[in-house]
Amino acid sequence: MSDHSEIFSLTGLEISQGLAEGKFSSEEVTQAFIRRIKEVDEKVHAFLSYDEDDMLEQAKSSDNRRSTGQSLGPLDGVPVCLKDVISAKGQPLTAASKILENYRSPYDATVTVKLKQAGAVVGGRLNLDEFAMGSSTENSAYGPTRNPWDLERVPGGSSGGSSAAVAARETPLTLGSDTGGSIRQPASLCGVVGMKPTYGRVSRYGLAAFASSLDQIGPFSQTVEDAAMLLETISGHDPLDSTSYPASVPGYLNALKGKLQPCKLGLPQEFFGEGMDDEVRKAIDQAIAWYKEQGYEMVEISLPTTDLSVPVYYVIATAEASSNLARYDGIRYTSRSERSENAIDVYSKTRGEGFGEEVKRRCILGAYGLSSGYYDAYYLRAQKTRTLIRNDFEKAFQEVDAILTPTSPTPAFKFGEKSEDPISMYLSDIYTISTNLAGLPGISVPCGFSENGLPIGMQLIGQAFEEEKLLAIAHAYDRELQYGRKQPNL
Amino acid sequence: MSEESSMDIDYVANLARIELTAEERQKFQGQLGDVLKYFEKLQEVDVEGVEPTAHAFPRYNVWDEDVAVEGFSSDEALLNAPKARSEQVVVPKVVEE
Repeated sequence: MSDHSEIFSLTGLEISQGLAEGKFSSEEVTQAFIRRIKEVDEKVHAFLSYDEDDMLEQAKSSDNRRSTGQSLGPLDGVPVCLKDVISAKGQPLTAASKILENYRSPYDATVTVKLKQAGAVVGGRLNLDEFAMGSSTENSAYGPTRNPWDLERVPGGSSGGSSAAVAARETPLTLGSDTGGSIRQPASLCGVVGMKPTYGRVSRYGLAAFASSLDQIGPFSQTVEDAAMLLETISGHDPLDSTSYPASVPGYLNALKGKLQPCKLGLPQEFFGEGMDDEVRKAIDQAIAWYKEQGYEMVEISLPTTDLSVPVYYVIATAEASSNLARYDGIRYTSRSERSENAIDVYSKTRGEGFGEEVKRRCILGAYGLSSGYYDAYYLRAQKTRTLIRNDFEKAFQEVDAILTPTSPTPAFKFGEKSEDPISMYLSDIYTISTNLAGLPGISVPCGFSENGLPIGMQLIGQAFEEEKLLAIAHAYDRELQYGRKQPNL
Repeated sequence: MSEESSMDIDYVANLARIELTAEERQKFQGQLGDVLKYFEKLQEVDVEGVEPTAHAFPRYNVWDEDVAVEGFSSDEALLNAPKARSEQVVVPKVVEE
């Protein structure tokens, strides 16, 4: 049996290879990660729960398949953990909310079905901001996740448990969800790879909805290669999600083999203005210089609607949230307030007791933007402005193959620094939000560290449904620099 | 404009069916006022003649074959209900006598 410290540092593909070569079994791999969780998660708190017996049982089934020559592919026997908004049959799904404290999923999300069909060991429920609303995990009803690089700082959010678990080497691969940056921003703050696919690429069936026109599920990993493998597994049209895109899925992992012809990368001038931390700027400048050395052409582009993306996003996302979260009503599958005497009480008291502050703020804001007399000024106007934001990107992509920006304006911030000021928290997603509004794919790739050792991420934005090209551009850099392989001391 | 930067918090909280504590009501009043002020940026945008975007890649009329598929048993469907009896969810009385 291999030493567990040798196993938990491996990438998903390295584990896959080790399993294929018989270096270790899936049971040994799963044991190694469970041991690692027990060692470090008291400090990191990436996990809300994990079902050790279930994971080991899945691992044993994988080993049995392999021993009879029936292995299901590269993910067979490799652990993958889920953000606690993605359904897995029989397992909890709290969305980090008190209102779903006792909920158990009666069915699998489509991504969970796909992972199980690929033989992955699916387990572990990862922390987040309640209902994916936030940028720090401070809005979790079960306490925040801590950044493995500095336990005094946030891991980013909302998928902070998903990014921290990979950074802390508690699991090689995780899934998160991204509505305005909730995969890319925590990936950046924790020094791992995180990708939001094109809207419609991955089925949302079984994902607890936040803002349905913006939400996408996507992968976290140490390397771009691993992200490609995981994305390939979870992508594809699903009749159960009528917004999923009806096209076949390219072989993302294969697309990374061979050398990519250098192409054109756009630098949006609006992103490089004030508000960007100097150390972030320095790391991004170095990444730009690296691409130039490889023969990539840098083109200055303009996205004039950039400063509108945050208000447009918060009008649209809160409106959709207020509608989506109406289902948590104390009737069918949430807790119910003990104080409720009539039907209205059941709703309002249950929701008053069960939701945290940020969720209440956003539902109220969304209800306001949709209410009689304000709909035209807020929601409809935001949707029209969303069209202008899409047009900006369309124009930019006539000139370039991908857009390069920082993922987050600053490295990880300290707990409490922004939690009482919603707008400053909202602005931490300023570089990621417009991608969701335009429906485009985006990936955050680790590109360096600040002087005090905090990770910095670069964001690459691609054209719709061109994940192959986007991954290839990201992999060209990541294969050489490998910042995501660096490990924090825990 | 300044009128739009304030919100009748009790009215909207009732629309959203969320009971607020006195403390929350006071805190949100200020915070949401700031957020609405921030949203005023949108009023300056020229959106004359611009079509709204509801989805980045809209799809219309997604049809499905009209065939029965297996669903939840009532036990499974009621698994998470806070109160259930005789294969049904129990709620407070909603019709006056």
